[in-house]
Amino acid sequence: MMSWLPENVSSYGGAVDSLFYLVYYITGAVFFLVMGLMIFFLVKYRHREGRRARYSHGNNTLEILWTVVPALILVVLTALSVPTWAKIKSHIPPTDLTIQVIGKQFNWEVTYAGPDGKFGTEDDRTFDNEMHVPVNAPVKVVLLSKDVIHSLFLPNLRFKQDAVPGREIPQWFQATKTGKYVIPCAELCGFGHSGMQGYLYVHTAQEYEQWVKEQWPSS
Amino acid sequence: MSDSVGAAVAVHDTHTGYERLGFVRTYIFSTDHKMIGRQFLFLGLFMLVVGGFLAMLIRWELGWPQTPVPGFGWLFKDTEGVIPPEAYNMLFTMHATLMIFFVVMPIMVGCFGNFLIPLMIGARDMAFPKLNMLSFWTGAVGGVIMLAAFFVPGGAAASGWTAYAPLSAVTEYTGVDWGQNLWCISLFVLGISSLMGAINYITTVINMRAPGMTLFRLPLVIWSLFITAILLLFALPVLTSAVVMLLFDRLLGTHWFLPKGGGEPLLWQHLFWFFGHPEVYILVLPAMGVTSEVLSTFSRKPIFGYRAMAYSMIAIAFLSWIVWGHHMFVSGMNPMIGMSFMLSTMVIAVPSAIKTFNWLGTLWGGSIRFKTPMLHALGFVSTFVIGGLSGIWMANTPVDIFIHDTYFIVAHFHYVVAGIIFAMFASVTYWFPKMFGRVMNEMLGKIHFVLTFIFFNLTFFPMHILGLGGMMRRIYDPTQYEFLQALQPINHFMSISALLLGASQIFFIANFFWSLFAGKKAEDNPWKANTLEWSAPSPPPHGNWAGSPPTVHRGPYEYSSPEVEEDYFPQNRPHPALTGAGSSARVGGH
Ligand code: HEM
Ligand SMILES: [Cu+2]
Ligand SMILES: [Cu+2]
Repeated sequence: MMSWLPENVSSYGGAVDSLFYLVYYITGAVFFLVMGLMIFFLVKYRHREGRRARYSHGNNTLEILWTVVPALILVVLTALSVPTWAKIKSHIPPTDLTIQVIGKQFNWEVTYAGPDGKFGTEDDRTFDNEMHVPVNAPVKVVLLSKDVIHSLFLPNLRFKQDAVPGREIPQWFQATKTGKYVIPCAELCGFGHSGMQGYLYVHTAQEYEQWVKEQWPSS
Repeated sequence: MSDSVGAAVAVHDTHTGYERLGFVRTYIFSTDHKMIGRQFLFLGLFMLVVGGFLAMLIRWELGWPQTPVPGFGWLFKDTEGVIPPEAYNMLFTMHATLMIFFVVMPIMVGCFGNFLIPLMIGARDMAFPKLNMLSFWTGAVGGVIMLAAFFVPGGAAASGWTAYAPLSAVTEYTGVDWGQNLWCISLFVLGISSLMGAINYITTVINMRAPGMTLFRLPLVIWSLFITAILLLFALPVLTSAVVMLLFDRLLGTHWFLPKGGGEPLLWQHLFWFFGHPEVYILVLPAMGVTSEVLSTFSRKPIFGYRAMAYSMIAIAFLSWIVWGHHMFVSGMNPMIGMSFMLSTMVIAVPSAIKTFNWLGTLWGGSIRFKTPMLHALGFVSTFVIGGLSGIWMANTPVDIFIHDTYFIVAHFHYVVAGIIFAMFASVTYWFPKMFGRVMNEMLGKIHFVLTFIFFNLTFFPMHILGLGGMMRRIYDPTQYEFLQALQPINHFMSISALLLGASQIFFIANFFWSLFAGKKAEDNPWKANTLEWSAPSPPPHGNWAGSPPTVHRGPYEYSSPEVEEDYFPQNRPHPALTGAGSSARVGGH
């Protein structure tokens, strides 16, 4: 099996990817079935002298079959997808770390609440296009925007969410592997949309502690 | 309307000189549905050339980022021939806007709706010929306004064809001032034009069918246009109102979509997609209708499951109102609502599947002739299959988190919307004899099809791969991203294919104009088809039939019927057993 998607480093990414491959194989099979039949018919039933086309207006059994079977497959597929969707978008697990990300033309402003755990206080620290998190811990991200709609995209974490001016949108992810991962903006936001990107640094727990100490040396 | 009309007359005066009155009434302010159809065709083909040229520029930038455009560098003087990012945004915005509103709609709905509805239902003209003329000219004014946007300071709209607020609502965010205003005004005007067309189509189909033309004897293309007209009637006003709200936000200081004044950016998305999803079916239903006509005619076989074909279009029309949220899964809309939109979107794939299987059923056991229109119809079926299947990937919300706003989406909608170009070529080549009284050249037609089909797939299929690799849509330069570097050779390849796809259209243009003036004279029924338009002369005179309009005796797809010797049985031909008996009382439907 060829891997079409970038490496997955998110706790829920595996579930997304299995749904992806499920859909991939189902639609792939349908594609080859339909195209195969079409080519077969085109060859077999090409015009030849002396043969008349079959006079037929349809076949009820077949038509019911090819209505009901796709409908069932699609409804089951939907049912299978609901839990994953709910897990990613509806239930934010309890977490120690909340990060505020503000989109603005054409940067991500990443704000940490600092030792007091509250946003809007003196010890907040903001980084441009840089986000640091510990590995294997759920992280809550609150998305805001200063101007137009942006979209925070973390391809490796199977994460995408628009940042909409006037709204605070809470989301979460949990990285499962240390490293540096790109955070492009996925929603057209103006002439600087292309190239608007930041990086996510996933640290080990110790490294992350270290990083926090460096940023807030006094506490 | 009188100002713009005056201008249009003035332009044409220079060509026509003294024969002014006759010429104007015949070719410009005609109320003949066939002339209006042809006018829509030429409007659409002209815009196709403009929109296609924009696409070539887009592909140039993606294939060879930030290098001067060969031959057209003078368009970007300030940057020494390199397309700057703000111009790039303008290019894709206007490309999509022109293609959707000024190519597919005028050709598939405007041209073929006008040309075919009266001829295929056995009417002498539309119900409201003057309204019809007004509809065309209003649409043409909309087109002029849209093109004018390129020439105002700040350039044309650059916020995407979806014009998401607040980007589209505040000049400072894009630097585009009147360009965006004209975009709104043009779509407003076009909305009015479509409304007039829709009312006309609906009235005509309901009231003006020939004797014997029951609803279930209507050709499927008429069903498709009828349903499209109903969608137009309800969907377009939503856009028409939304663009006015947007214009008010821009010009009058209202805050419909601006959070600063208490407005809601997502309201725009809801309005836009509540229009937008029915809109995609407005684009594709006529293509499906045409495909049914052509497949049946060239397979010499009745359409498989006529009623299922009609009902599935009706189902699509209903369902298309409750799926719009699938464009907004990650917009910040409540995720619970996302689930119900996932379900409705999955369900709308079912009638699409029914149509595809019935097309296969039509080929099954046929006696298939591979004429140019048939090749294009088969091309449409194959691209539609790919686009329909990729729709299921995106309908799946968890998967859509990843592929939303990537090139996967671009791949999907090019397979379905740009795929309509095959249905369009099928229609033009199929009805050309009726429209212009001449037959198009088969050889050129086949060469054009083969090249278009190959380069279409080489251009658009790799977009799936790019999208899965994470490449965002609407980016100006993929090489700005480290993680996309590895994909750049694919972009390069696609751009070359796209340029060749563009170049292949020369065969169509050459064939079209050559056949228009020098093609072989067409018989009345060159394809030996059943529907009523083929019982009129090629091209039909004003009023369509010299004698009384036809009477309908059966359904439109009686090919290879055992009741007659030939392999077709026109809708208007009395049953051979009854001719001479002087009675038509026993003639049944299909
Ligand atoms: C088989 C049924 C179809 C399904 C399940 C489906 C599903 C979807 C979904 C879920 C999206 C949104 C994806 C995203 O932005 O993340 C989408 C986008 C789109 N679809 Fe479809 N689709 C189907 C058929 C069609 C057809 C027939 C057309 C047009 C003729 C069409 C045209 C479009 C367009 C233009 C967009 C993108 C709009 C934009 O964002 O610019 N789709 N489709
Ligand atoms: Cu952006
Ligand atoms: Cu849609």
